[in-house]
Amino acid sequence: MTVLALRNVSKSFGPIAVLHDVDLALEPGEVHALIGENGAGKSTIMKILGGFLDPTSGEVLMDGAPRRFASGPEAEAAGIVVIHQEFNLAPDLSVAANVFLGREAGGWRLDHAAMRAETAALLSRLHSRIDPDTLIRELSVPDRQMVEIAKALSRNARVLIMDEPSAVLTHREVGSLYEQIDRLRDSGVAVLYCSHRLDEVDRLADRITVLRDGRVVRRALRGELDEHGMANAMVGRELEDFYPPKGNPGREPALKVSDLTVPGEVHGVNLTLCKGEVLGIAGLVGSGRTELAEGLVGLRPARATIRMDGRPIVIPTLRDAFAAGLAYLTEDRKEAGLLLEKGLTENLTLATLDRFGGWRIDNAAEVAAYEQAKQDFDIRAPRRDMPAGKLSGGNQQKLLLAKTMLPDPRIIIIDEPTRGIDVGTKRQIYAFIRKLAEEGRSIIVISSEMSEIIGLSDRVLVMREGRVAGELAGPMMTEENIVRLAMGVKEAA
Amino acid sequence: MKRPDLHTLGPIVALIALVVLGALLNPSFLAPANITNVLARSAFIGMIAVGMTFVITAGGLDLSVGSMAAFLAGVTIMAMNAIAPALGIHWGTILIGMGVALLGGLIAGYLNGALVTKARIEPFIVTLGTMGIFRSLVTWLADGGTLSLASGLRTLYRPVYYGGIGWITWPIITFAIVAILGEWLMRQSRFGRHVEAIGSNERVARYSAIDVNRVKLMTYVLLGLLVGLAVVLYVPRLGSASGSTGVLWELEAIAAVIIGGTALKGGTGRVWGTVVGVLILSLIDNILNLADLVSPYLNGAIQGVIIVLAVVLQREKSTADER
Repeated sequence: MTVLALRNVSKSFGPIAVLHDVDLALEPGEVHALIGENGAGKSTIMKILGGFLDPTSGEVLMDGAPRRFASGPEAEAAGIVVIHQEFNLAPDLSVAANVFLGREAGGWRLDHAAMRAETAALLSRLHSRIDPDTLIRELSVPDRQMVEIAKALSRNARVLIMDEPSAVLTHREVGSLYEQIDRLRDSGVAVLYCSHRLDEVDRLADRITVLRDGRVVRRALRGELDEHGMANAMVGRELEDFYPPKGNPGREPALKVSDLTVPGEVHGVNLTLCKGEVLGIAGLVGSGRTELAEGLVGLRPARATIRMDGRPIVIPTLRDAFAAGLAYLTEDRKEAGLLLEKGLTENLTLATLDRFGGWRIDNAAEVAAYEQAKQDFDIRAPRRDMPAGKLSGGNQQKLLLAKTMLPDPRIIIIDEPTRGIDVGTKRQIYAFIRKLAEEGRSIIVISSEMSEIIGLSDRVLVMREGRVAGELAGPMMTEENIVRLAMGVKEAA
Repeated sequence: MKRPDLHTLGPIVALIALVVLGALLNPSFLAPANITNVLARSAFIGMIAVGMTFVITAGGLDLSVGSMAAFLAGVTIMAMNAIAPALGIHWGTILIGMGVALLGGLIAGYLNGALVTKARIEPFIVTLGTMGIFRSLVTWLADGGTLSLASGLRTLYRPVYYGGIGWITWPIITFAIVAILGEWLMRQSRFGRHVEAIGSNERVARYSAIDVNRVKLMTYVLLGLLVGLAVVLYVPRLGSASGSTGVLWELEAIAAVIIGGTALKGGTGRVWGTVVGVLILSLIDNILNLADLVSPYLNGAIQGVIIVLAVVLQREKSTADER
């Protein structure tokens, strides 16, 4: 019996139609994956199901009867819970207080004991060992996600809509997310799962709906569509090889780092990066990958002996890194990469303003740089004065890449190059990275996405607990080998 | 090109409406003497508010400016009185006094900025502290009374406030220059761009190799310097300073910044808006004094309504953006 369904749903914003006659049915005890490129209409569907938007035409059916939700909370009261990519938790309140936020137990006086007990019960149902009294700000990202799921369960969710839940998680954490989703399925919840990661769709989904340009282009049951088939259905044409062919890096070291230490995070790492090479750095979150990069470029206090092109240099601040020809693209696009409410030109030139005039900014040169970047990195934006936050994730990432490349660095460290962006853009970014390497630049790619690391890198360093656990190259770069090193599992002798 | 929006147009429309209202209520409103009076009185708060725009845009706040002005005025007067016997009643003495005011402002601003950036204390706390310190210091220096400039010096110095080119007095000219330079600095310079970036998202600024602490410190120093400049023009007006000099200037300056459309959380600075905000506040005061429509005692209430209204309009604009 279908819990929640869309029947002939269309949605337009003004003259722009974003959904055309979409049918979608969510069954209890089933994980339904909704996939499509950015702009295909996934988030509009989630918003309609979650009660945040009304369809322009067509119906939302709950238990077979047409329903109209006036608001998100009303849909939630009916058992439809959306877990957004950005968590909806109050950081200074405890786990229990968050789970019960807005419907606290007790009368005027809060019944802390009951809320704590119920929260503990919910969390143990999820096999999580989070203490209900912990403050949210003290929790890791996956634990916060766990709290969101517990909160959804406490509202007796019958339908759970998850928007890219794994985008914030590492490989191991994703494993526990899968287990939670399996448990939710077993307990009869209908799960709608949106993701860009096709491997997890393959792993999780009982049913797949593929959207393209606001239309359902493909429906499939488990096993009917492999990753390649999904990607093709999303893009609507045959994708050739997803990753660009590997290059032929030189043997000449462009960067040699010895004994890099970031207090408390990274312990004596050595690495060599050759000219024209793409070096992957894999490892679990917390293994010190990002800290290594930030220590190297002067964003964190660090000690190291660094040689670039054979000459010793010191990099106390990011500005010195730029001067030396070293650039870093952050993993945190929205909080450390771009000024979301500022225009595209301002974002592009922010790190290199000294190249655009002296005291006075040369606006014409800025605009020229933007037009060039737009062309080079295929940034699709209607206006250059629009806020960067209004761009799709993929275009934001391209803009950030353009910003990082503006000082013309010879060595580029890219942290999570494709987090939360669609398949088509991912492929473009891989091509950009390979092209930069072919131009003779050297690139370090840090990623949690195993296939990305393997598909893109010429060589991989695997980190574990702040140290390099091993190096893999050529045919040795396999998922098994990387996981083994990242988890510290000894090779069978 | 950017379309003019409610943000920029709102304050200007309000200003024009006030001018029309003033002219209708009292014909002497548009007389040069009255206009000179309004503008000259706006100049002190105006210059400070231009500096405040930078501090707020970078995500900071400075509550100490009123007390700082009083303290600097006191120190300037004492310095001039002290050197007058040696140098005589002479422009040299006054120039040294001006130097003391500007240098003092620079140091006081540096103090605020250093406490915020180097000691990493919230700007609200830092400047709440220095506000008390400066206020108490000037009261102590004046021994609870008034510090007065020696009468010969006062006569010599007077034209700096009252004189000028025709009816455009020096404070008006200085304010205009400060406003133009301020607008240029915010819009066209690297410094202004960095200030906006920091207020918009400090982490992004840091990851863009901007020396965040230095830029923030500079905003406080700039504000201090402008407070010093305001003092240079204020001292010749009355020739005295006391514990009640510059009371509530900080709030008037902050109010002008907010009315002008600069967000209190930082990120977007509008120096023109601030200038308009200052003029709106002074015009309300002036119109209430000229017309018998409403008691001048209600001045504060009307200004309060304007401030709240300005913020409501700002918010409506941003929710409109969301859709």
